[in-house]
Amino acid sequence: MLSLTHYLILGAILFSIGVAGIFLNRKNLIVLLMSIELMLLAVNINFVAFSHYMHNIAGQVFVFFILTVAAAESAIGLAILVAMFRNLRTIHVDDLDNLKG
Amino acid sequence: MEFTSFVFYFFAAVLIFSGLRVVTARNPVHAALFLVLAFFSAGGIWLLLSAEFLAITLVMVYIGAVMVLFLFVVMMLDIDFARLREGFWQYLPVGAFVGVLLLIEMGLVLSRGFGGKEMPPTTAMVTEQAGAIPCKSNICELGSVLYTDYVYPFELAALVLLVAMIAAVSLTLRRRRTSKYISPEEQIAARPADRMELVKMASEKEAPASAAQDGAGADKEAGQ
Repeated sequence: MLSLTHYLILGAILFSIGVAGIFLNRKNLIVLLMSIELMLLAVNINFVAFSHYMHNIAGQVFVFFILTVAAAESAIGLAILVAMFRNLRTIHVDDLDNLKG
Repeated sequence: MEFTSFVFYFFAAVLIFSGLRVVTARNPVHAALFLVLAFFSAGGIWLLLSAEFLAITLVMVYIGAVMVLFLFVVMMLDIDFARLREGFWQYLPVGAFVGVLLLIEMGLVLSRGFGGKEMPPTTAMVTEQAGAIPCKSNICELGSVLYTDYVYPFELAALVLLVAMIAAVSLTLRRRRTSKYISPEEQIAARPADRMELVKMASEKEAPASAAQDGAGADKEAGQ
């Protein structure tokens, strides 16, 4: 019998993979964006699982809005990436030091 | 093992495997394709949780739009993949350490918080509204609250999408110097007075007298 904990642990594993991916691929902006998508997916799995087991539709409505915002975020992120590559001819994180931070 | 559990474990295994491949893949194209697989497996798991509309939305919006955008960008940019990979093994210990630590912490919370008191899943959702429409399908349940209780957040989400669309277009829009682009508003605003100007100026050289008389005679003949 599947319980809520199964889904929550799956979400936790996926979120940890996303966090580790940010550490591993810190030179690569595209894979960084993909790791963020993985983390958002883990959060969404938790929301849907809670919505199912708590018998409340509000969790699914929230997932709907998270999907909307995540789609907007990745669209703008990729547009920034393309604009940056066009100006600098690179997306290597170490080369993006115009702000001298 | 019952069938539902088998489906869950199968999709969960595929999801975790593809998630690991996303963060460890050598080529970003492979990473994007494994991310597609991860989203698809997550859609299957959401179907198990009877969130059919969101599962289909995940497949259509994420795989159909966002991941295609990712693949498009990855393939369009001319990227030195080998240089992006450097430092991967250097960051592996700290990345794995943080990931495992996070997993252990979340596991501790979960094992304490939800160990004994599980609620059995039922198909009927509880809605807060008193006069809510009794629904049988997931789409009906979602829509009946989305357009009533959550109508302002819904419209704000539409606004967010509009702003994202305008921002993405304006960020990537550029004018090429060599293109034969014509501005329509300049064409419409053009007036004859702007294009042609009649200037009165004195003649610089005196016309010969005989030529002038011949010209006057020709005019008279033409008039008759």
